[in-house]
Amino acid sequence: MTHAQPAAFGTAHSIAAAVRSGERTAASVVDEHLARIDAAEGEVNAYNHVMAAEARAAAADLDVRIAAGEDVGPLAGVPVTLKDNMCTRGVPTTCSSKILEGWHPPYSATVVDRLAAAGAIAVGKANLDEFAMGSSTENSAFGPTRNPHNLGTVPGGSSGGSAAAVAAGFSPLSLGSDTGGSIRQPASFCGLVGVKPTYGAVSRYGLIAFGSSLDQIGPFATDVADAALSYEVIAGHDERDSTSVAQPALAVSSKLDAGVEGLRVGIISEMVGGSIEGLAPDVLARTTAAADALVAAGATVDECSIPTSIHGIAAYYMVAPAEASSNLARFDGVRYGLREDGNNTAAMNTASRTAGFGDEVKRRIMLGTYALSAGYRDAYYGKAQQVRAKMAEEFASVYERFDVLLTPTAPSTAFAFGAKADPMAMYLNDVYTIPSNLVGHPAISVPFGAGDDGMPIGVQVLAPLMGEVVMFQVAAELERAAGGAA
Amino acid sequence: MTESADDQVLSRDDVAHVARLAMLELTDQEIDLFTVQLGDVLETANAMNALDLGDIEPFHHPLGLTNVTRPDEVRPSLDREEVLSQAPAVEDDRFRVPPALGEE
Amino acid sequence: MSDASTGVSASGMAPVVMIDRGPDIHEPSIPDDWELVCGLEVHVELSTATKLFCGCANAFGAEPNTNVCPTCLGLPGSLPVINEKAVTDAMRLGRALNCTVQPAVMARKNYFYPDMPKDFQTSQYDKPTNENGWLDLPDGTRINVERAHIEEDTGKSTHVGGDGRISSAEYSLIDYNRAGVPLLEIVSRPDIRTAEEAKAYVSELRGIVLALGVSDARMEEGSMRVDANISVRPRGTDELRLRCEVKNINSISSLGRAIQHEANRHIDLYLTGDRPIQETRHWDEEAGRTRSGRSKEDAEDYRYFPEPDLVPLEPSAEELQAIDESMPQLPAAIRSELMTAAEIGVEDAGLLVDRGDAVFALEAIGAGADGSRVAVHLINNLADGVGALTPASFAELVAMETGGDLSSTQTKEVLAEMAGTGGSAKDIAAAKGFEAMDTGELDGLIDGLIADHADEWSRFCGDDEGDAKKMAGFFTGQIMKATRGQADGKVVAQLLNARKG
Repeated sequence: MTHAQPAAFGTAHSIAAAVRSGERTAASVVDEHLARIDAAEGEVNAYNHVMAAEARAAAADLDVRIAAGEDVGPLAGVPVTLKDNMCTRGVPTTCSSKILEGWHPPYSATVVDRLAAAGAIAVGKANLDEFAMGSSTENSAFGPTRNPHNLGTVPGGSSGGSAAAVAAGFSPLSLGSDTGGSIRQPASFCGLVGVKPTYGAVSRYGLIAFGSSLDQIGPFATDVADAALSYEVIAGHDERDSTSVAQPALAVSSKLDAGVEGLRVGIISEMVGGSIEGLAPDVLARTTAAADALVAAGATVDECSIPTSIHGIAAYYMVAPAEASSNLARFDGVRYGLREDGNNTAAMNTASRTAGFGDEVKRRIMLGTYALSAGYRDAYYGKAQQVRAKMAEEFASVYERFDVLLTPTAPSTAFAFGAKADPMAMYLNDVYTIPSNLVGHPAISVPFGAGDDGMPIGVQVLAPLMGEVVMFQVAAELERAAGGAA
Repeated sequence: MTESADDQVLSRDDVAHVARLAMLELTDQEIDLFTVQLGDVLETANAMNALDLGDIEPFHHPLGLTNVTRPDEVRPSLDREEVLSQAPAVEDDRFRVPPALGEE
Repeated sequence: MSDASTGVSASGMAPVVMIDRGPDIHEPSIPDDWELVCGLEVHVELSTATKLFCGCANAFGAEPNTNVCPTCLGLPGSLPVINEKAVTDAMRLGRALNCTVQPAVMARKNYFYPDMPKDFQTSQYDKPTNENGWLDLPDGTRINVERAHIEEDTGKSTHVGGDGRISSAEYSLIDYNRAGVPLLEIVSRPDIRTAEEAKAYVSELRGIVLALGVSDARMEEGSMRVDANISVRPRGTDELRLRCEVKNINSISSLGRAIQHEANRHIDLYLTGDRPIQETRHWDEEAGRTRSGRSKEDAEDYRYFPEPDLVPLEPSAEELQAIDESMPQLPAAIRSELMTAAEIGVEDAGLLVDRGDAVFALEAIGAGADGSRVAVHLINNLADGVGALTPASFAELVAMETGGDLSSTQTKEVLAEMAGTGGSAKDIAAAKGFEAMDTGELDGLIDGLIADHADEWSRFCGDDEGDAKKMAGFFTGQIMKATRGQADGKVVAQLLNARKG
């Protein structure tokens, strides 16, 4: 049976409009969603922590302010789910790791503050692959999340809890983080819109880092308009993040109805040809159909080449673990989180880390430590950073001829639990999503029909740096085309 | 490149050394497993060697940001009780840890 | 030297006092057939208002763990934003040390250390802000500076139990107030050949740092810390042998002792057919020796890589020009100005610069005071500081002294009061009843003394120079006794000499 009930109580747009006009109260909206969570969470396991009391209190406060005539923001009363790697003051934040179990951060992430300031109400902290390392949410210390469309399959990952929460109707919006595809791949698996913004468009302050030069926060939504609205709320300069782009959020809602007449769409030949193994025929077929739909809407489509893209996984699995090995050093049992006994500081550090981290996290810490170690840094980490630079040059030259690029989001539909036991097989799942992270470009996954197994398939639109407006514009056209086809 | 006798990309000793650097304690089985699994990834990475990258500058911020600084102005610090409440062990308002050089 | 009035020789080049820069080095000096090869790593804590990467106060001595925030505690999810003043201060020091000030990239130095909240230190690696400069010692010796880079400080551990030493502690307590405080690390080339040069280098560097105002550079408080890389080689060779890094040196005088000790330790090892191992050692001030720093030596592998949470620093030409234009006068320039204005030698000038009295001295001289008297008083009579004295009031006093209105003894007394409570030289002298004696009164006194001590007088007029000098002292002493110290020694000498002839 399916537990999929996206936008069970309306989209974010419709909820916000109703709450702002007084037609619905934030309290009632929150209660509806909490009841839905109560009913289905036992089977989906989207959350590490449901913030029922906090959500009810925030809703009551919002209703008082609305009654007093205050403008409480564009997401008034909209329940949102937060990936549990975003700090929430006083609310447990675990990264789905035993090493952070019970940690109550003394501060909140910038995106959390911005959502609250826009009137959104956080309803829970969503499950993820431990420290966002994985593509299935099987690597959680607190058990896997199940795909609401088919409980026997994974929701994707690492933001699997955030995707499942929206697909199950627990909240119409959620936030994930995307280091190598961790928003877009689960969006594809769960039939949602998922956005990876330009690196620096959304503040990372308060996002527990995995690969700092790759991580970006972005929304999951049931439609492109909601995704655009939430993007506009969370994006924009933050002085607490040195890598934050010094300009306000792009007005990505502005061209959703503009169509694609005259736009030039590129198909990366390396990503649809034979050079990447494992691309399922049904996924390829839907990608081709998406290209056809854009042509039908007046765009031109042509092939292009990003030769280094075939080395994307190699470069990614050097850089991301290298940065992670350093980012995760701080989990040492001294200041917060798990501590295991040891006779001296180093023994305590080692015992705590050994007990606190799961296998995949250890594997990546090991890999990254090796990639940076004396004698190997230039060959691995250094080489990978050069590949990124080279890839950025290739993309820049392709974008001289194209406005956006189109690829599959993931090689297949959602797979069964345990299907990718071999780490390398799991890593290959990120092949289409990784290049955008490596070069910092924005990308969006949009549902475009279903596979042979009836499970959702997403296609991915890539755009140049700060090219979110045209990216959302094309995504909206694909959404219209998919709706028409369904 | 460490080429051990059986032509592995990395050896068990490499894995054990890296575990010490990363402050992780691995069982013998984990060392065996990681030797194979990390070796697989490194083999994929070695394919990058085929690329002619010349002296291309390594990647930095995609938008080329530079000189992001903040003014030298004091901002509020955290409440000490809130900070220490999260610590595994505290004494005299400080974080307590085992001795630096205890018995091994 | 006791009598200040004779301290400055006519040439002005002999030192006023033996400069006390700490206890003598008791370590035997290095044998002549060996040579020291030493490079210094000096850490200077910047006296910015806030830390390097967050807005927490950079303050010494606050209650434990009160100046902490997510960033300097390394809490998950926190991010750094670099302090613009720290960057500017770094570049100012770089220019003062004749470095190339260049585009820089912050980097992570990875190692586990409980005092370091992120278990990596954010520093600079292959692209430091400042590279390839030099520092000239007062005697002209040039010490090359490899780099001067920006990095963050660690927190502080207190070791509890046992005898309080790290090796026997039962546990440790950590305060992170200092974590993230901005540091500049200045790394010299191994150009230093004697312990004295090492001390002079640190002293000169400290003077530059103080002149720039970027740090209070107090070794005893740890805001300036010196680590020495030490090796030795047979004199005449240019080989570089295994070196040891000696840490925990708490004063400039300890630096000299630590270097001598460590160099001798190496020489002893070589002479017995052994050799040192490359390691970190700690200076034990009480025992006067270095000790091995770690029980087990795991080769360090810091796995440096560019800090992805910070963007490159690229100083503009305008910024560098502004730094150059606002560069204060540095110790070398002040010394040379002082040497001319006060007619003193490089050591005395250096002492005044080290004490922070140089600008004061030049202002007093500028206000008309006799340079050598200014130097004498500052060095001998104001060793504890100028107190309430201003350059103008000081100049007034010196003018009264050189004009013969006050004897040197009286001047000293007035000076002490002025330094303590302020006030004008004239008022204080008048209140004390110090008025210049007229020479008629002194003439009478001398007549009487000659009559009463004819023998002594003829010895004073005799050919035996030594004896004459002794008798000069006798007569001067008698006159001082009779006038209760009010007579001006110089005037008395003139009168005595005049009678002689």
